[in-house]
Amino acid sequence: MSLVARHLEANGISTVIIGSARDVVEHCGVPRFLFTDFPLGNPCGKPWDVEMQRRIVGHALDLLESATSPRTTVQTPFIWSEDSSWRERYARIDPSQVENLRKAGEARRAIQERLKAEGKARSD
Amino acid sequence: MASGNVGRSHRTFISYIDRTRELYLAQGYGNPYQWACFDEAPFTPLPKPLSECRLTLITTASPVREDSTSEAGLPMPKEVSSGPTASPPERLYTADLAWDKETTHTDDLDSFFPIHRLQELAEAGRIGSLAARYHGAPTEYSQRRTMERDAPEILRRCREDGVEAALLVPL
Repeated sequence: MSLVARHLEANGISTVIIGSARDVVEHCGVPRFLFTDFPLGNPCGKPWDVEMQRRIVGHALDLLESATSPRTTVQTPFIWSEDSSWRERYARIDPSQVENLRKAGEARRAIQERLKAEGKARSD
Repeated sequence: MASGNVGRSHRTFISYIDRTRELYLAQGYGNPYQWACFDEAPFTPLPKPLSECRLTLITTASPVREDSTSEAGLPMPKEVSSGPTASPPERLYTADLAWDKETTHTDDLDSFFPIHRLQELAEAGRIGSLAARYHGAPTEYSQRRTMERDAPEILRRCREDGVEAALLVPL
């Protein structure tokens, strides 16, 4: 998505990204980024919290107007919960699952190789 | 909210680059994914006050469909999608995207696709107007596909609609 924002911006359309993967977006480098420090999935506010969503989208519009140079990041003032255990959850590697992960990767590569051989898979 | 210095020795936001690399390694993928990285970033100031600009919304979610996976269990190739902002769908397809499915859900569209919030803000005059169409950008492993195929296609559609500003929300 960062690449799309860069392309639009380079062609005269002002952009702002709302996202929760700060390192990924900043690593790429985008014009304007509003960071919500939430689990991936709800960067525009908690589900059903209309007031929070309105404020976050409002912050993004403010940023669209106020930024004067690229790579401008602003963080929203919200926290997901007092309990920060969600931070450990996404893509964690359960030690008991290491062998299963390896096997799943192997199986996936085998399918991709087969499809490639049959000319069905994209090679890139 | 507490106003004092809470004194942490490390950043609190998650490094998804590190997490993803470790997960790929555990799956036996030797070469770490090369995340897009640029020294420079483009910048276009708004051409006029936002209250006079036409804005669109771009998501990484895609239209709901039955056949989201192929027989081999791999995600189907995706293409740029668009839909009318005046009558948005009730749901979008997010199951194929990488987000924290244990902690949260995407049952409320506006938590990641704030179309109703934008409609309200357009009605209130905060933005000039919403463009006729919103857009879905495929998340591609291949950055070349995004740069050479999808981003130009989205730009083309934005220009057709007279878009001056865009809000992009990756899940």
